Amino acid sequence: MSTLVAVLAYGLADGAILALAALGFVLIYKATSVINFAQGEFLLVGAYMFYTAFVVMGLPLLAAVVVGVVVATIIGVLVERLILRPMIGESPISIIMVTIGLSSLLRAVVQMFYGTSPKSMPKILPTGSVNILGATVPLNRLLVILVAAVVLTAFTIFFRRSRHGIAMRAVADDQQAAMTMGISVRRIFAMAWALAGVSALIAGVLLADISAVDQNLAAFGLLVFPVVILGGLDSVPGTIVGGIIIGLLKQATASYWDPGLATVIPYVVLVLILLVKPYGLFGETRIERV
Amino acid sequence: MSTEPVPAGTVLAGGVPAGAGPAMLTLNNVEVIYDDVILVLRGLSLQVPEGKIVALLGSNGAGKSTTLKAVSGLLPSEHGEVTDGSITFAGQDITRMDAAERVKQGMSLCMEGRHVFEHLTIAENLVAGAYTQKAGASSAEVLDEVYTFFPKLADMRNRVAGYLSGGEQQMLAIGRALMARPKLLMLDEPSLGLAPLLVQEIFGYIQRLNAETGLTVLVIEQNARRALEVADHGYIMEQGRIVLEGPAAELRENPDVKEFYLGLGDEGSRKSYRDVKHYKRRKRWL
Ligand SMILES: Nc1ncnc2c1ncn2[C@@H]1O[C@H](COP(=O)(O)OP(=O)(O)OP(=O)(O)O)[C@@H](O)[C@H]1O
Ligand SMILES: [Mg+2]
Repeated sequence: MSTLVAVLAYGLADGAILALAALGFVLIYKATSVINFAQGEFLLVGAYMFYTAFVVMGLPLLAAVVVGVVVATIIGVLVERLILRPMIGESPISIIMVTIGLSSLLRAVVQMFYGTSPKSMPKILPTGSVNILGATVPLNRLLVILVAAVVLTAFTIFFRRSRHGIAMRAVADDQQAAMTMGISVRRIFAMAWALAGVSALIAGVLLADISAVDQNLAAFGLLVFPVVILGGLDSVPGTIVGGIIIGLLKQATASYWDPGLATVIPYVVLVLILLVKPYGLFGETRIERV
Repeated sequence: MSTEPVPAGTVLAGGVPAGAGPAMLTLNNVEVIYDDVILVLRGLSLQVPEGKIVALLGSNGAGKSTTLKAVSGLLPSEHGEVTDGSITFAGQDITRMDAAERVKQGMSLCMEGRHVFEHLTIAENLVAGAYTQKAGASSAEVLDEVYTFFPKLADMRNRVAGYLSGGEQQMLAIGRALMARPKLLMLDEPSLGLAPLLVQEIFGYIQRLNAETGLTVLVIEQNARRALEVADHGYIMEQGRIVLEGPAAELRENPDVKEFYLGLGDEGSRKSYRDVKHYKRRKRWL
């Protein structure tokens, strides 16, 4: 029983962070049809940026968050503007190669400025633990779940209710029709990258807080792929469900079976899903009406 | 009116069609080229007077849709460009204006094939249509007006647009275009793929909008008969030029128009669409 509770807490915390990281990926794919292989590096950059503001510059927590969000937005917009926009109309393979190049570039820049050794950052979330049904569960995992849930809910409301969120989904559906409504497709593209940057920043900071500020953050970001393949490349709810399933599966495998296997299992899921249900659990199929 | 084909430019040199108010939209010798080589509009001129319904007719590939894309600024996204001539809207030269800015200036386009946002609900489609409007009381007011005008949309507001019938999608496309509070509504083949009864209904809406709110309308149609019944003025284009124009009532009686666009031969008998197409290939105005 206590193992189960622990698996749930750790698994949901991992899953929540994965969902946030995958959200950015899905936003970019949905709005701009770009498969962003640099999403993991966005986490890395986000965490280091926050580290710089919080530890190096010594800003108070809230100010550091604001700085992080602003810089993440700017990076997202710049990447769209300088790297992806000139690629509009190129083949998907070229665009994928460009994002792979971008991922190496971002990683190299981080190494250049910060080296490869882990940075120590004071913990933001309380480090105590609570006792739930006989299991000792670290408080920070529970708070990670809470923070991610709040952020994901905010994003969902944004897409369902706000004018800009609906415009983003409209562009994802039919760019030309969106243009006839006076929606600027370029601005929506920029917005998608900016939001991806922000969600990656939040994921990166949460992840760094429960692990460490180091290069492994990008490796964790690689798990975005099993998550989005499982949830469906273009589904926002799919990222949440996919993230949670992958997070839980990983922790359950590690606890009940074999920790080594746990690092492989997400990719086993990836292959299986591609074989059985290539659009994922929630992927949009084209609506056909005649 | 003459039954002879009239070269573009001459008849139009005089300006606004007779008996009309000031022009809301003027195209003056517009030339459009796609991909730097494909010449589609070859000096097209037409005028849409304020408060009127104008029909733009012509066979497949004449360049009707291209004309509306040039007016709404959608050509750049299709590698097309206005290379000559000018487009004036409400007294302002908009030839090179950004598409979004044109919507703000008061024109809306309903594209050919409806193009509703398939995965969005009716309500969300309408919100997207109001993108250029500042959110708030006034846009809630427009939404109410659209729902009052199309009660069917109000009843189904939470339905996903992709699953609506063709007629419902067309209503939604028109309602969505109205959300931007246009002065000029442009419709590209609103009757495309609709059953006759629905065509009747859609044209009824267009006529009511014009009569009740004074909305200026530019409508493209293959269904020339219906279009000339509701329109005040008609233009007929072939291969990127206007070849004939006149008050709708006159065009309806024009023997050439009857033969080629209304499917009526000299003896007044209805010809099949295939026959008409066949004739069209053999004989063109220009
Ligand atoms: N994006 C494009 N690139 C190149 N050529 C184009 C493009 N769009 C249209 N054309 C060409 O321009 C010509 C006019 O097309 P357009 O769509 O304006 O005709 P239309 O009068 O609307 O025809 P229809 O009645 O079939 O809708 C056609 O020959 C078409 O092949
Ligand atoms: Mg057309």
